[in-house]
Amino acid sequence: MQIRLAARRAPLVLALTVLAFACSSKKPPVARPAPPPPPPPQTQAAPARPAPPEPVREPVVVPPEPVREDRITSNNLDEINRSSPFKPVFFELDSSEINAAGQAALNEDATILKRNTNWTITIEGHCDERGTAEYNLALGERRAAAARTYLASLGIPADRLKTVSYGKEFPFDPGHDEAAWAKNRRAHFVVTATK
Amino acid sequence: MTRALRFLGSLAAASALLVVVHGHGAPAPADPQQPQQTPPPQQPTEVATTIRGDGAPPRLAVPDFIAGSPDAETAAIAKTIAQVLYDDLAFEREFSLIPRDTYSTIPAARSFTEVPLERWRELNADGVIIGLVQKTPAGIKVEVRLFDVRKSVTAFGREYSGSAANPRIYAHTISDEIHKQQRGLVGVARSKLTFDSDRDGERMFGTIEARGVKEIYISDYDGENQRRITTARSLSITPTWSPDGRSIAYTSFQHGTPNIYIMNIFQGTREDLTKSIGEDWLPSWSPDGTRVAFSSTRDGNPEIYVANRDGSNIHRLTQHPGIDTTPTWSPSGTQIAFTSDRSGTPQIYVVSADGLGAVRKITSESYADRPTWSPAPYNEIAFASRSGPGFDIKVVDIATGQIRALTFGEGTNESPAYSANGRHLAFMSTRSGKSQIFTISRDGKNLRQVTRAGNNYRPDWSK
Repeated sequence: MQIRLAARRAPLVLALTVLAFACSSKKPPVARPAPPPPPPPQTQAAPARPAPPEPVREPVVVPPEPVREDRITSNNLDEINRSSPFKPVFFELDSSEINAAGQAALNEDATILKRNTNWTITIEGHCDERGTAEYNLALGERRAAAARTYLASLGIPADRLKTVSYGKEFPFDPGHDEAAWAKNRRAHFVVTATK
Repeated sequence: MTRALRFLGSLAAASALLVVVHGHGAPAPADPQQPQQTPPPQQPTEVATTIRGDGAPPRLAVPDFIAGSPDAETAAIAKTIAQVLYDDLAFEREFSLIPRDTYSTIPAARSFTEVPLERWRELNADGVIIGLVQKTPAGIKVEVRLFDVRKSVTAFGREYSGSAANPRIYAHTISDEIHKQQRGLVGVARSKLTFDSDRDGERMFGTIEARGVKEIYISDYDGENQRRITTARSLSITPTWSPDGRSIAYTSFQHGTPNIYIMNIFQGTREDLTKSIGEDWLPSWSPDGTRVAFSSTRDGNPEIYVANRDGSNIHRLTQHPGIDTTPTWSPSGTQIAFTSDRSGTPQIYVVSADGLGAVRKITSESYADRPTWSPAPYNEIAFASRSGPGFDIKVVDIATGQIRALTFGEGTNESPAYSANGRHLAFMSTRSGKSQIFTISRDGKNLRQVTRAGNNYRPDWSK
């Protein structure tokens, strides 16, 4: 998918480069107004807005590589989730309790959900390898449910929050040390619909 | 799905080629695992002899079977059956098998009437198994005799015929019938394992493409004939054999959230047991096959439920705000053991199968899960117990509460499952590197690795 996007964008980038070069030949490079910083991804993230045929109208002010914003504005769920705007919640061993750091992450996640009212997300519960495969299915469910309950308490409608437990089936870090385990004990957020 | 159905169709066809058994001794009892098998015709009964060793297990020799047809295939089949039969008989440790490389000095029998019994006697054998394989228009015919070397009589004699596609099934059948007739033992040679595996290296469809799939596999008890039975390209995990060996219930994530399906492996049909309500995991068949216990969040919290085989009459067994999961039935079908964290850490509990009466705590480990109730006559539950950084397989005697370990910290060891006769367990271990399926006797001896490709998890052993 990424390759296809890049290919599609290649002629555009080429055109912009040519344009930019044409402009710079008339003005000294220092005089060119600095391109505005890319807007924060969240503000660009409303996927209800149809993807513009061109990323910008004014080629002279386009940042040289507008890739990041484009990925966020895409309606493609894979693209959204690959550079997920959501912060995961991490858990202690054998625990499904949301600690202070987890609450802070969920507060930010709730803001994103409030800004994108058309998004439905699936909260995935994950566990590290130190529990049994069988029990971890339930523990992962508990973690997902805890995150869901917290988001609902912040006013996110529960029907936009689905849960699934993957136990220890999909570790984010395949390592066998505390650093890996800490990454793998999480509630992870995936956008599953943007209707 | 078409591919899956076609595959399962061929599986069904292969299974139809099961052995036809003709009794030369007492007729074999009808085998509930293979209902399509034609019942054995009544035959005149021979002298029933039980071979005895002198206090020790009887010593048996199993030389290569006689190739009754001159072609190479028949010769190969004759060799295979003898070797597999040797391994099958050795597995139960009811007989002491005389190593096959010591037979070379004894002239090979050419027929059942010229077996050099006195020479086998010199090798200190109590019994010798002679077999004859012949080609038939339909496949092969295998005749087998177990001679009592000391009494010079036939202790066991049968004739089998069928397809030549899988010679191992002849050996497995002979082994089970010799164990039954000679030792009164229900052998496991024809039983099968099921487990889930990531060996195909396929990736999931969906939102995060890098995630690997797991599919359900089945194999013979010794790890031979491994074959895939699901093609969902998703997580298909925690398979369990129905008591009749014709269906496998398992947890499928194919439609997003986990639900329980029943795959009828010989028909190639699939049933949706839990109708996609809530998250449902870890099916466990009642011993009579009429019901399935499982864990579900359908009421908001992981609890134990029981459904009829057709998905009807689902009722809840546990009522606790903690996690209740991983059910297993007692052999009588009257009780269910499960894992709960109601005391703080996961431990094994027992409740009556109707959900009435007190819930009894069985373990006080640091962390215990995946209880598996042994078949009678043993009254014990095997489980995975946290020890150090991983888990070990332990067994608790339900009457005394006494606990013994079967593994001792080599890798992590999880997901024990009993064989139908209660004498063996299959489990997952990382002791050889990746996650693999092993079998071990209930006394901790006879450890064998049965899978090698990819990672393999959560075995169950057919009845």
